[in-house]
Amino acid sequence: MSLLPLALALPPAASLVETFFLGVILLALALPLGLHVAAVHGGRFTSRTRACAAIERALLRLGGADPDEEMSWQHYATAVIAMSIVGVLFTYAIQRLQHLLPLNPDRRPPVAPDLAFNTAVSFVTNTCWQAYAGEATLSHLTQMVALAVQNFISAATGMAVLAAFIRGFTRSSTATIGNFWVDLVRGILWVLLPLALVLAVVLAGQGVVQSFAPAHAVALVEPAVDGAGTAVTTQTLPVGPVASQVAIKQLGTNGGGYYNANSAHPFENPTPLTNFLELVSLLLVPTALCFTFGALVGDQRQGWALLAAKTALFIPLVLVGIAAEQRVNPRLAALGVATTPSAEQPGGNMEGKEVRFGPTGSAVWAAATTAASNGAVNAMHDSFTPLGGLVPMLLIQLGEVVFGGVGSGLYALVVFALVAVFLAGLMVGRTPEYLGKKVGGFEMKMAAIAILLPCITTLVGTAVAVSTAAGRAGIANPGPHGFSEVLYAFSSAANNNGSSFAGLAAGTPFYDGLLGIAMLIGRFWVMLPVLAIAGSLAAKKHVPPGAGTLPTHTPLFVALLVAVVLVVGALSFFPALALGPIVEELEFSGAARPLAT
Amino acid sequence: MVRESGGDRSSVTGGTQVISDFLVIRVATLPGQSFLDRMIAMVEGAARQKTPNEIALAILLSGLTLVFLVVVATLLPFSAFGVRASGQGRPIGLTVLVALFVCLAPTTIGALLSAIGIAGMNRLSGANVVAMSGRAVEAAGDIDVLLLDKTGTITLGNRQAARFIPAADVTEEDLADAAQLASLADETAEGRSIVVLAKNRFALRGRDLEGRDATFVPFSARTRMSGITWEGHEIRKGALDAIEAHVATLGGQLPGDVRAAAAAVARAGGTPLVVSRDARVLGVVELKDVVKGGIRERFAELRRMGIKTVMITGDNPLTAAAIAAEAGVDDFLAEATPEAKLALIRDYQKGGRLVAMTGDGTNDAPALAQADVAVAMNSGTQAAKEAGNMVDLDSNPTKLIEIVNIGKQLLMTRGALTTFSIANDVAKYFAILPAAFTATYPSLRHLDLMRLSSPASAILSAVIFNALIIVALVPLALKGVRYRPVGAAELLRRNLLVYGLGGLLVPFAGIKAIDLFLSAIGVA
Repeated sequence: MSLLPLALALPPAASLVETFFLGVILLALALPLGLHVAAVHGGRFTSRTRACAAIERALLRLGGADPDEEMSWQHYATAVIAMSIVGVLFTYAIQRLQHLLPLNPDRRPPVAPDLAFNTAVSFVTNTCWQAYAGEATLSHLTQMVALAVQNFISAATGMAVLAAFIRGFTRSSTATIGNFWVDLVRGILWVLLPLALVLAVVLAGQGVVQSFAPAHAVALVEPAVDGAGTAVTTQTLPVGPVASQVAIKQLGTNGGGYYNANSAHPFENPTPLTNFLELVSLLLVPTALCFTFGALVGDQRQGWALLAAKTALFIPLVLVGIAAEQRVNPRLAALGVATTPSAEQPGGNMEGKEVRFGPTGSAVWAAATTAASNGAVNAMHDSFTPLGGLVPMLLIQLGEVVFGGVGSGLYALVVFALVAVFLAGLMVGRTPEYLGKKVGGFEMKMAAIAILLPCITTLVGTAVAVSTAAGRAGIANPGPHGFSEVLYAFSSAANNNGSSFAGLAAGTPFYDGLLGIAMLIGRFWVMLPVLAIAGSLAAKKHVPPGAGTLPTHTPLFVALLVAVVLVVGALSFFPALALGPIVEELEFSGAARPLAT
Repeated sequence: MVRESGGDRSSVTGGTQVISDFLVIRVATLPGQSFLDRMIAMVEGAARQKTPNEIALAILLSGLTLVFLVVVATLLPFSAFGVRASGQGRPIGLTVLVALFVCLAPTTIGALLSAIGIAGMNRLSGANVVAMSGRAVEAAGDIDVLLLDKTGTITLGNRQAARFIPAADVTEEDLADAAQLASLADETAEGRSIVVLAKNRFALRGRDLEGRDATFVPFSARTRMSGITWEGHEIRKGALDAIEAHVATLGGQLPGDVRAAAAAVARAGGTPLVVSRDARVLGVVELKDVVKGGIRERFAELRRMGIKTVMITGDNPLTAAAIAAEAGVDDFLAEATPEAKLALIRDYQKGGRLVAMTGDGTNDAPALAQADVAVAMNSGTQAAKEAGNMVDLDSNPTKLIEIVNIGKQLLMTRGALTTFSIANDVAKYFAILPAAFTATYPSLRHLDLMRLSSPASAILSAVIFNALIIVALVPLALKGVRYRPVGAAELLRRNLLVYGLGGLLVPFAGIKAIDLFLSAIGVA
């Protein structure tokens, strides 16, 4: 039996050491941060620091919210939706009116209606899918007031919903799950703003641009000739308030770059240190929230178990990604391109990659950014080898639970945990319970909606795109790779990741509209069921654990949870993946064999 | 046994045989509404409500079905695009799509779900238990606390002689001899137990009293003694103060050591019975509750299942504690009144526990009605039976262990089959997808891990396997997955291995085997 023929290669040892170092630093930062977030959302932080409490209450009163009000899940959900509608309208309006507003030194015209809709939805849903090139489309004001503000709000909304979800487990026999406005304000003021401030200053110190100046025109050192034969002697260097936006784009798992090239752009990611910091910060909050979860439910082992499940899914996929990108592309090797690592160059597949990062640095980032629902990229995923491109796509399709978005990744994983608990409960002959709450029909119904709707949206969206002329018009590459581009786009939108496979010309009314709808479904048809589960669980009594209760912090349960995530993802996407990256990989490595021997 | 008319314990059910004397029976239930009728209706599934777990599972399965529907439906445009892109092959046919959907959709488990439920009810009626609802059976698998009446459940119904404690100058055999004589004519269980003990300890046989100079003195509430006048000797047994008064009239007196022995027996939870011959006190017979054989092991089993046992008794706390320790229950409620039982159940329920209870008397009815799982004894009163949600036709209070087993088995069988059925789908993908798409993308033949003989055979084999596996799983659905009280984690590990991993691997072998068979007989 011939298994998939893979000629995978090992990366340079130094990059592996760096990856290991990343894990250590990440954990060291995430643990205290997670406990701090628990204190913030548990209310202990403001009850200890009177000044903060005063600021918080004043802000809430200014906004017309009663800080002491408790909300039912329906009320909470209404507040979330209302906030999001206002956010979409506001972001849309700023883009459409940017030519009339200040801080537009480069005189950007208003954004087209379909693109403005797509972008507004994209940033409000924490997706940050970008069908535009930021530096060529948006004014400084739009970047700051429309996009960066939503970066904060959408991330804080994710955290708020997570906090409300956790209250479903910790409260008993009550109709309320907290106050959305309080949760939102707390998440922004006491978690995201301080973190973003520190990171922005460090990034600016490293050379990330922070300026209100118009674009600079610079004379080229080596004048060139463009395709039309005209000599090119100058280049335009757009600048803007980049550092402040990059900080929150990484921390809030938003991923919407200031520049089109995102974190591959030297103004957004200039040094090895910024690359490392941006990588750490895109995983930081989703990791920290595991500890928040543990602290709030009063059992840190539960938080570790969820983190273990994420890590168990993440590490193998990262390694596959690295190995896939580090291997030799036989067609390039045949052309005499040096593809083996040496002192001068990192080897492997360098197409579409920043020379500074190389295949391993790009593969690690690609896995992290898709695992964490961030979507910022430092290399073009479209140019990865088929298997290397499969890794980020699969990480998205698993439902953005491998780290996932701020708040959203963890609550989605807990929804998977409810399904795992349900299956486990059936298998041990006991009505399932998770963290002392019995899981019944209503919870399963909501869990099914939350898990399946993004899958269905991805598949249906892709099907519509590949079977209409408007959809096929955007596809750049022939064959299965073109299919992968579409599949990736809808996976990214419906799971609120926002990274792009590129290659797909998505800035058309067709894709703007369809992907916009996919983003809305992916965000709110997970969030609403999650809030409904929170409400239902909060109303239930707490069941003390007995000898027949299945512990949910053991390796066994972690393994079951990982299996449920993988099986749901595999069963939903295996056929689609088979017609995209899998067949491409088989063709790629099939072609590799005769050349390699 | 019907002792008298009216009152609590004079009901009969269908099938009652009159062995002696006669009965005048009034039929109080309309035809078609008796317990048996309801049971039959339950088993037939006519009045069967879905249990919460069944509902949750049904939702999960319909969610999966929906996803598979979308997966299969979107394959058509995907394959059309593939054909357009590669310029070869043909879009996937409707037959293949339907075959794929039939194989993927969790029909296996769907078809078996109600069979599992009915099989559970069936096992229950096989254990001679009538359940009012499937919900109660399932709840039985979940219970945390089990309340049991002491008398008749944990102990044999009556007190029994356990020990002879002779007075200072009397041998034990002498005491046993006298006690046996005093009890020969005593038809009560206590009296018989003394005869049995004397026989076991000293091989004292029952003597033939016919023609001897023997006069029985039956027990009366006034004298509180019984005994025999044998060859001129007055042999008596009775309560301490009654015997003391009796020997005093004959000029004797109660020795101090006998008084102390009697007090010690009472302290340990037993009942002292003092024996005298004429004016002389011979010693004490210790009567005590005898814990049923094997009950300790049953409680240990319950504990391994994660169920706490609580004994309920009208005895004083001292006696109750002694019996509780001997029987190995986790807790006890002494001097229990119906109110106290009810309060205890509510207390546990407030703490989130599910409580099961067995009972038979009318005064148990409120507690039975409050308990989550209430098993009434068939020998019990109508009120108790109405209040319970199950009736045990054998009136065996430890039947609850079987009921718990059946409840757990019901859930486990569903879980195991669901897991198995979902895990099966992986292999079906590997069989059908390469078959469906190799014409478009020849490289996809590498996904055909089973090396099936032809695309047609691959699809046919998967469909045939799908049909056969349902048939193969029917016996398992009916028999149920075995429950072992080994703790939740161990049980999960075992079942995941068998049904999860098994479900993953079995279809690979099965589909390959069917494929080999099909190509051998030349069908495909």
